[in-house]
Amino acid sequence: MGRYLLKRLLLMIPVVLITSLVIYGAMNLTGGDPALALAPDNATEAQVEMIREELGLNDPFIVRYLKYMGGMLKGDLGTSYVTNKDVFKTYMQRLPNTLELGCASVFVAVLIAIPLGIYTAINQNTWKDNVGMVFALFGVSMPNFWLGLMLVLLFSLRLHWLPSSGRNGLASLILPALTVGMGLAALITRTTRSSMLDVLRQDYMRTARAKGADERRVIFRHGLKNALIPIITVIGMQLSNVLTGSVLAETVFAWPGVGRLIFDSISKRDTPMVTGCIILSCVLMSLVNVLVDVLYAFFDPRIKAQYVRRER
Amino acid sequence: MSAVTKSTVTTAKPVTKMKSRSQGQEAWRRLKKNKGAMLGLAFLILLVVVAIISGYIFDYETDVIGINPAEKLQKPSAQHWFGTDNLGRDIFARVLYGSRYSLVIGVGSVFIGLVIGVLCGALAGYYGGMVDQVVMRINDMLYAVPNIMIAVVIVSLFGTSTFNLLLSLCVTVATAFTRIARASVMTIRQQEFVEAAYAMGLPTWKVIFKHILPNCLSPIIVQATLSIGTTIINASSLSFLGIGIPSPAPEWGAMLSEGRNFIRNSGYICVIPGLAIMFTVLALNLLGDGVRDALDPKLKK
Repeated sequence: MGRYLLKRLLLMIPVVLITSLVIYGAMNLTGGDPALALAPDNATEAQVEMIREELGLNDPFIVRYLKYMGGMLKGDLGTSYVTNKDVFKTYMQRLPNTLELGCASVFVAVLIAIPLGIYTAINQNTWKDNVGMVFALFGVSMPNFWLGLMLVLLFSLRLHWLPSSGRNGLASLILPALTVGMGLAALITRTTRSSMLDVLRQDYMRTARAKGADERRVIFRHGLKNALIPIITVIGMQLSNVLTGSVLAETVFAWPGVGRLIFDSISKRDTPMVTGCIILSCVLMSLVNVLVDVLYAFFDPRIKAQYVRRER
Repeated sequence: MSAVTKSTVTTAKPVTKMKSRSQGQEAWRRLKKNKGAMLGLAFLILLVVVAIISGYIFDYETDVIGINPAEKLQKPSAQHWFGTDNLGRDIFARVLYGSRYSLVIGVGSVFIGLVIGVLCGALAGYYGGMVDQVVMRINDMLYAVPNIMIAVVIVSLFGTSTFNLLLSLCVTVATAFTRIARASVMTIRQQEFVEAAYAMGLPTWKVIFKHILPNCLSPIIVQATLSIGTTIINASSLSFLGIGIPSPAPEWGAMLSEGRNFIRNSGYICVIPGLAIMFTVLALNLLGDGVRDALDPKLKK
């Protein structure tokens, strides 16, 4: 297991290298001239040239890229062209907000989706199943930001129960988490249902019932536990997606997260900020994927046995 | 000997008469039984009709984008069924006209994405080895980035225009088709009829296009139907963020983005365009699920 983890972590290096090259290259090739954008309107050509020199924009692309990567090895992701602040620090300021929203929405999604998925699978092809599936269908058909707007309309503007925007305590987290969570729930429900349907038909389920285990134990201990792997895969995929920020929900609720930071930096052609944030997000996503792999082994002894055998 | 042939001919005749439907007809017969799919199809046909005739009944310059401050922010009434927006434009006319954007962008980018994706996937699945590695690693990379972010990067780097929007949306679509086409081609490549086509001396491209790809059609058709829905949502999301279809065009996402500023007192502005997106995508999803069940009845069980 340890060796496998090390291998997975080392695999992150080429991912970071390629991503940084692609993003840095794309921003540089098409990004326009940041010096012109930064200079005051009445700046002379000499002043603009000075800014260019200061930012190192006159060096050839490959020199700039290598300098950037050299800085990264020392933990320096550069400073923003726009705000002049340290990229790493800015990202780290936003990260807790994104983690908070991401984890809360995955929590909401799991809380809705797994019971619903199990329930619809047990009642397959009945009206209960149909109602659940229609719910999931509406969930995937709804634009996420619109759901957010409708929740604001109902809970903040009509009922005055919850704040409509900003990040200010637990109450302000509820609507954004519901918005993102409902979108995720639809997919998790479908996965849980189909995975449970597969498992329910297995022989060991009949054996468990024949042994006289009560239905609840059969469903959860024998059924759900064996159905978990695809469900964890989907949840992991969505968690790593949410960590790059949910730019739409962040826009609707003025939530100061990473998604909005990346989006704004791209619009302002803030190359160091964009490159830095995307690299950090990539690292974070890879870490989540490794975590998901570890969870597989935790939930499924068969997978754990594979790792152990490999190490011997 | 002759008696045997005679008897097989006579018994075979009524059988062929009963089962003379082609595979497509058989699938259509199954699809017709699916109420949800038929409902979705009916809605989509209605939407296409609306999209076509809205160009004739509304004048774009006056009815759709013409500003009329005297009638701004009116609640839904007999005169303005869905009310008017902050510039006094009739929301009913704008929503109907907006269907043109969503349909053209949805179908257009899925079509481009399908052509690119199926081509890449077919090559990767057919040749394997290096080609497969290169195509699939690029695909993995694009797949790992959330699709909205890919679109945001492309549109902000190349500028906002309808063409760039199409381009940015079709990247995501193409990755899905690459995976599906590759998987189907890999399974079909092994079969005898492909070998037979080779033995007949057909060139490789003809084997791929005439013998392999037609046999991978079902998953591709299903994916296409479902992709149009996702693409319509993505397109309206980009417009909502202000980098999709530029205003004053009545794209549904753009209408939501503008209406958002008036949600406090005129909530209805934000309701209708969202419902339009939702029902369109819902119809596509219903139809897509139905088509999947119809093309592959085994999956349903």
